[in-house]
Amino acid sequence: MSMRLEQGGRLINREKPLGFVFDSNRLKGFEGDTLASALLGAGKMLVNRSYKYHRPRGIVASGPEEPNALVGLGQGAWFEPDQRATTTELFDGLTAMPQNAWPSLGFDVMAVNGWMSKFMPAGFYYKTFIWPRAFWKHVYEPVIREAAASGRPPQEPDADKYEHFYAFVDVLVVGGGIAGLQAALTAGKSGARVLLMEQTAHWGGRAPVDGAEIDGKPADDWIAETLAALEAMENVTLRNRTMGAGVFDHGYALGYERVADHTPGDGRVRHRLWRIRAKQIVTATGAIERPLSFAGNDVPGVMLASAMRDYVVNYGVAPGRKVVVVTNNDDAYRTVLALIDAGLEVPVVVDARERSDGPLASEAMRRGVAVECGAAIMKVKGKKRVEGVMLCRGNGTGGAGAPVECDAVAMSGGWSPVVHLWSHCGGKLKWSEENAHFYPDPSRAPTGAQGEAFVRTAGIASGAMGTGSVLKDAAAAGAAASRSAGFKARAAAAKAADAEEWPMKPVWVMPEQALPELRSKMFLDFQNDVKVADIQLAVQEGYESVELTKRYTTLGMANDQGKLSNINGLAILADSLGAEIPQVGTTTFRPPYQPISFGSIAGEARGEIFQPLRRTPMHDWHEHNGVAWEPVGHWRRPYCYPKPGEDHEAAVAREVLATRNSLGLLDASTLGKLVVKGPDAGRFLDMLYTNKMSTLKPGKCRYGLMCNENGFLSDDGVVARLDEDTFLCHTTSGGADRIHGWMEDWLQCEWWDWKVYVANVTEQWGQIAVVGPNARKLLEKLGGMDVSKEALPFMGWVEGELDGITVRIFRISFSGELSYELAVPAGEAMALWSKLLVAGREWSITPYGTEALHIMRAEKGFIMIGDETDGTVIPQDLGLGWAISKKKDDYLGKRAQERSHMVSPDRWKLVGLETLDGSVLPDGAYAVGKGVNGNGQRNTIGRVTSTYMSPTLGKGIAMGLVHHGPDRMGEVIKFVATDESVIEAKIVSPVFYDPDGEKQDV
Amino acid sequence: MSDAVTAPKGASSVGPVAQVEERGLQGMVTLRADLSEPALAGAVKAATGCALPETRQILYNGDRAVAWMSPDELLLLVPYVDTVDVVAALEAALAGVHHLAVDVSDARASFAISGPGAREVLARLCPVDLSPVAFGPGEIRRTRLAQVPAAFWTDEAGRFTLVCFRSVARYAFDALVGAASGDKVGYFQES
Amino acid sequence: MLILQCPYCGIQCDETELAPGGEAHLKRYGPGSTDEEFEAYLFERKNPLGVHFERWRHANGCGKWFLAARSTTTLEVFGTYKAQTTEPPAEIVAAIKAKLPDWEGRQ
Repeated sequence: MSMRLEQGGRLINREKPLGFVFDSNRLKGFEGDTLASALLGAGKMLVNRSYKYHRPRGIVASGPEEPNALVGLGQGAWFEPDQRATTTELFDGLTAMPQNAWPSLGFDVMAVNGWMSKFMPAGFYYKTFIWPRAFWKHVYEPVIREAAASGRPPQEPDADKYEHFYAFVDVLVVGGGIAGLQAALTAGKSGARVLLMEQTAHWGGRAPVDGAEIDGKPADDWIAETLAALEAMENVTLRNRTMGAGVFDHGYALGYERVADHTPGDGRVRHRLWRIRAKQIVTATGAIERPLSFAGNDVPGVMLASAMRDYVVNYGVAPGRKVVVVTNNDDAYRTVLALIDAGLEVPVVVDARERSDGPLASEAMRRGVAVECGAAIMKVKGKKRVEGVMLCRGNGTGGAGAPVECDAVAMSGGWSPVVHLWSHCGGKLKWSEENAHFYPDPSRAPTGAQGEAFVRTAGIASGAMGTGSVLKDAAAAGAAASRSAGFKARAAAAKAADAEEWPMKPVWVMPEQALPELRSKMFLDFQNDVKVADIQLAVQEGYESVELTKRYTTLGMANDQGKLSNINGLAILADSLGAEIPQVGTTTFRPPYQPISFGSIAGEARGEIFQPLRRTPMHDWHEHNGVAWEPVGHWRRPYCYPKPGEDHEAAVAREVLATRNSLGLLDASTLGKLVVKGPDAGRFLDMLYTNKMSTLKPGKCRYGLMCNENGFLSDDGVVARLDEDTFLCHTTSGGADRIHGWMEDWLQCEWWDWKVYVANVTEQWGQIAVVGPNARKLLEKLGGMDVSKEALPFMGWVEGELDGITVRIFRISFSGELSYELAVPAGEAMALWSKLLVAGREWSITPYGTEALHIMRAEKGFIMIGDETDGTVIPQDLGLGWAISKKKDDYLGKRAQERSHMVSPDRWKLVGLETLDGSVLPDGAYAVGKGVNGNGQRNTIGRVTSTYMSPTLGKGIAMGLVHHGPDRMGEVIKFVATDESVIEAKIVSPVFYDPDGEKQDV
Repeated sequence: MSDAVTAPKGASSVGPVAQVEERGLQGMVTLRADLSEPALAGAVKAATGCALPETRQILYNGDRAVAWMSPDELLLLVPYVDTVDVVAALEAALAGVHHLAVDVSDARASFAISGPGAREVLARLCPVDLSPVAFGPGEIRRTRLAQVPAAFWTDEAGRFTLVCFRSVARYAFDALVGAASGDKVGYFQES
Repeated sequence: MLILQCPYCGIQCDETELAPGGEAHLKRYGPGSTDEEFEAYLFERKNPLGVHFERWRHANGCGKWFLAARSTTTLEVFGTYKAQTTEPPAEIVAAIKAKLPDWEGRQ
């Protein structure tokens, strides 16, 4: 049944019908419709089931405060749950599903009556399901998950694109109603850089619907003229479909632009997240109408009075043919008049006030509408749709009630300014007795970097209730913001009158003395199914704090965020506590104002560029040669290069043996390389490393350890002295940036008078390790440099040209083999790598990856930062005393290493471990000793730090930290695996291979 | 030297309102020193033909330039093939002066971003005010490009040059191309 | 998200261009110091409610470390200054006192 009116609908284009699908029904709407107006136009009032009780729910609002009309939008890779029908612009082919209506909207098996709601009182999560514990996993949780079905997560990766945009403005104006337009106009005229954002597709907000006149003309005309004026200003940017999502420290604000939600598939980004820095922010965010609490106020067909007006005026849709209006204020009479103008019937206006003869009410009565003063709705009749209401006296308990037939109810409990953005960054609120709402206290505004107030409110968001007051307030806010941003501004407002309205009367429960039966049907929070009775129960159970009551009852949680439920809930809480509302206060308003998409938060950071991926100069070669990657920080390093049919373990074993027996090639480009230069460079490195670097001779290399001030080992690497003044410090692969920062920290903040400069040249150089007994032969074959033992001894380095390519060659070894590390300008690294591969064929040159590297270093007993260290290990634990200078007065970490616990003989120390059966010890396994600790757990006496199958030795080898380890050589200790099996291992020297180092020094 | 390659190897992409291209080999020398050292101005002049830049300034002279990187660091841009000679000349000119001159040509990648949407490309990725009033020719800005450090400057024609580390060249290129593939935001006044 | 001006290059840095470095003006105690001195240097931090001095590095920028005087409660920034000092400079102290006359100085 179409509910589209013959006339009206200022936002729709009846020439452009659009087809859409809701809950498998093919329906029609018009261009300019929201999904909600199109549904109402198609006669669909019941759109969802409630979260807890699965009660039938209809559309309540026309904007972002809508609690019920949440749908799953789109399909497949374009599916998104939890979308509000009221803020979704209709487009041809739109597909939506109600998301809380299993198995169907009309017949919901979960729909529960009074009997079940008794089991779901306030705090039911906490109460009902505490015991028995096992029920949680198997009974309660699955049932709740099925019953409390919110949106389903999408099953496919999001096919849309998103982006960020950084904008810097003098004045950000949030909200494009008449207040926002006026504030932006004032600020724009001052010359300030202005960004004006409006969350809907339309400018002007409610004023045209409410029939306001500005500067002697209809609001629509003034809005169009003001827009044209703003568009002509080069310093003003206008953005509709852009919501002010949050206000944060130091003028940071987020704007959420829904670029292409209404034009899906047109190739544009779907959402753009504006990351704004504003000197001043004006929030012209309007107000939200409050529901009234009467029994059955959640039956489909009960709607906010202003929303009903919107649907009639903006979309030419009748939410009902026969509408009872219930109010405590004059504004609802605008809805009465709009309904009558549209030819709809208003059988009665239920006005909670004892008298109602203001100009608006009088006009309604003049046009034949009956007004019942001092009255209340006792309850709403109907289940899936309003069928009528029962009226009673407002101050009573209800009684029998007088029936009135109707198919919709328009309710108005007064207006609450939208203070969310004001409050996000600490703006405080005041209570208005006159309007029964919280409004911003300008003397306690959010403050910025200079201590200045940086958020102002404009219009009804300030609590200004009439058109004239709104414009004056907005002009003042725009001018004040411009001045604070450093511009000269004049607060000249457009002229308009404040309509004469009689005072509203706060009404929190209808009727005032309603008995429990009625109170348990009065909904405060439609989305979370929180009723008046729930708040009252929470208070009986001892809840006083508004924040705790919110969490206990779930009032205002999830995407409501206090929009519809806040004040009504607070009032009930205050009343139950016998306190005043301002004493009870509000809950915290947190960003975002409305949920924003994950895609917009991620921006460009998806897929290939989710994170920066660092590539070495040989990255593509690895890729083309069957590499299995290992992430090392953001770097990708070859783990191994499996051949067809080869698993990783076999590939690693082949790589190790080829290197040990003949010739291996490693891409070591990720190694950190820091140049440290200056007359104080030696002195500086003596402080950073535990050993003495100042005595290193140019042309030589030395292994060094770096500790933090807590004494713990933080990095290691080989230092080469390039010349008298210059050192090249190698760091671990992940450590270059960290150690560079560490060096700069000490040089800038502690020893700023030392003459040392550091440059990070990690990426200037590709680094290639040529390793194995045939390494020298390969370099000799390429030719150009003398790499003999005499010319380039172990721990020496030389510079030259190898087959025409400039290189530095370091005679260092992390494998125990004859080894040369070739540093080559990164742009030529791939060329050198290729030459080495070609020339090395006669020795079956074998590229190897990080796992072979790790195994070979473990066979030699070399430690690895991150394996043998974990931030609690000092060099002394690792048998590295030889690398700690005894002669130095000081180095970073020295004082810490003198602490009693650090010099204790009870520290676990590094040893080698060999299982008795040759198997591989589990990584990280703990060795158990005698007795138990205070928790009844076995005492531990050590743990495995590195463990591998050694292809070279044909058995499992491991290193570990063991209590008194080095003194217990040959002893067998027990390790416990995660499956609680016990593995016996013998304590041995950590150097498993070539203990005398003969192979690397040939 | 002639065999040297850049990380993204001449990659380029044309978007609706901006183009992104890899700029090829660019000689770069990091020079660290006390910028008030008397010998410094002459050494920089000899290497680039430029005077010492002021804070955050970049100065050009044909195919050479010098940029202010920090209170004790300059970046010299020279033809790639001249880099080794430039470093040697700096070493000679600054003998006896505490300094560090080091070739970083291969440690970097650089990109040109051009077209009417160039500013918007960077404004999608960098927390920088890219309005023409706030950022124009003659300034170098070191900042963050999405998740990596970068530096950029622009010329009179509105073409931007962006420099980042070599290992993340592909990441930066992909991010720039993604940003350049977007439609016009329309935030900056046409310059 | 803070904005702090780098005193070296003058940029009004977005917080995402910076790396935090903890409390400023710590005095280093090395070998020869007492256990108490060393403990204080390594572990004891002021964590005040109000005026705080802290270290920041302009990591995505000129790379310099600088110091900031900031209120931990209001996030008001009283000033940023170069790291080569063991005490807040006089103008920073004056800026704080101008805003917070009751401030008793760095304890």
